[in-house]
Amino acid sequence: MNSFNNNVRRDILKMIHGAKSGHPGGSLSCVEILSVLYNKVMFVPPEWKKSPDFQKRDRFILSKGHASAALYSTLANKGFFAHDELFTFRKLASRLQGHPSTRLGLEGIEVSTGSLGQGLSIAVGIALALKLNANSAKVFVLLGDGEMQEGSVWEALMSASHKKLDNLIIVIDRNKLQIDGDTDDVKSLEPLDKKLQAFGWECMEVDGHNEDELENAFNVAKSSGVPFAIIANTLKGKGVSFMENNVGWHGKAPNDDELKRALEELNA
Amino acid sequence: MLKKTLEIKSPRNAYGETLVELGAANKNIVVLDADLSCSTQTCKFQKVFPERFFNSGIAEQDMMCTAAGLAAEGKIPFVSTFAMFATARCLDQIRNSICYPRLNVKIVATHGGVTVGEDGASHQALEDISYMRSIPDICVIVPADYNEVKQVVKYAAEIYGPVYIRIARTSLKSVFDEDKYIFNPERAVKICEGSDVTIVTNGETLCEVIACAQMLKDKGISAEVLHVPVVKPFLAASDVIESAKKTGMVITVENHSIIGGLGSAVCEVLSQNLPTRVLRIGTPDCFGQSGEQRSLLEFYGLTDKKLCENISRYLEKR
Repeated sequence: MNSFNNNVRRDILKMIHGAKSGHPGGSLSCVEILSVLYNKVMFVPPEWKKSPDFQKRDRFILSKGHASAALYSTLANKGFFAHDELFTFRKLASRLQGHPSTRLGLEGIEVSTGSLGQGLSIAVGIALALKLNANSAKVFVLLGDGEMQEGSVWEALMSASHKKLDNLIIVIDRNKLQIDGDTDDVKSLEPLDKKLQAFGWECMEVDGHNEDELENAFNVAKSSGVPFAIIANTLKGKGVSFMENNVGWHGKAPNDDELKRALEELNA
Repeated sequence: MLKKTLEIKSPRNAYGETLVELGAANKNIVVLDADLSCSTQTCKFQKVFPERFFNSGIAEQDMMCTAAGLAAEGKIPFVSTFAMFATARCLDQIRNSICYPRLNVKIVATHGGVTVGEDGASHQALEDISYMRSIPDICVIVPADYNEVKQVVKYAAEIYGPVYIRIARTSLKSVFDEDKYIFNPERAVKICEGSDVTIVTNGETLCEVIACAQMLKDKGISAEVLHVPVVKPFLAASDVIESAKKTGMVITVENHSIIGGLGSAVCEVLSQNLPTRVLRIGTPDCFGQSGEQRSLLEFYGLTDKKLCENISRYLEKR
């Protein structure tokens, strides 16, 4: 496993262990998606607002805000803020709130998210503003698959295609699990690709842990003339055997022994 | 400050006309509506600046967050629909995607209160001020007439941060003289001096209360009338306290539930600073109903005559 992604996974586990709470499953499932975005696809200067090119940055919105540990860890490993700050996660007065917030000025956070189903509509607003400003930056949104059950996501999907937002690209982290069980049991999403296409989106399905497939999909998406959706098939808890595909790890922190075992697996 | 001649004008038109003025002066002004642009009068802006007008269709939650995204990029979005749908339906979006990140979104909701009329309870927002007042970092304003709406909308565009403005459906008597009245968010507007009782109101009940005060005067009751357009932050508190100190009796009047609106705001500041007996007049803990505008105001005791009757009876009992 590539060392950037491995470091991000190790940080995610240590942060959640330190906070004694958080969401390891859905954080571990989107590590490669974030890695490809921040290392290969998006232009986002880690100097953030201090960069002269700040306005040119591509915008990223973590609509599945509960995967905050994955985003914070990716940003810290890219040098957006000091790596040590990661371990203030979920603690009093930390800039690393349980769900991402812009209130405390954390570098790399575009908007506040956490209440599901709102990130895509915010992205629609950002995409409209970029067009008004003749800014060629793109807007990337990461949604959870369970989040697709929120009705307002479909309102936003309809808005994006109606307004021809070809500067908008979404990735759905299709790990197939949500708190109460399989997405197919709780409320089925399928056929997800056909639904997205029916809403006017171009759609591509990839292995969400295969960086080449992801990178290729983003390249296709960037040159699409319509809003583009990537369904990234992933494994919840990816990288830690006892967490993989186990719904029990949606929102639970590893204890000392579990952390040790998980880090040993990631070291191997 | 007060208008001498009787003139009836639509506060919604004031909103639409002011949007056009603002849009001409500042290209960052954008407007969103949810299929009610003729009712809210945002259609006036659409006609002049179609590229900066976004109709979200009948999808208010999407509209609220789209406005948040536009604001995140430096735009100044004015978002409009009926007060019922703007607040109750979008409470989570307003709280989490607009107020929590403190984005520069201006929510201008029309059709507040029972005077929505015949459409009935499903469309009559009697709780919107209560919802909005409980969210941190949003400014809540209930202007009273055409001239004040114009100034309040301009004020909202000038200050940074979320603002909620509630506008009535009804065409109203213009109270304020356009040349002499200056909106001040930090003060209560003293409409008339009085010594027996303080009546605090805002929005479309102001003209009813002014007429009511005259009727009370004829009965020998001297009422001091305060108009408090800005319900949050409640910077006019000191003016209310000062008046209560003088009269020792406060009555609040609003086209809104007596729970959580202007009446509650007044009670909160008085209970902390100057415990005073307060009668809150508004809709009681109930839903509205269909009816013609004037008969609804009368049913809920909000016309000048009903207010006069109820207030004088209340004062007699004491």
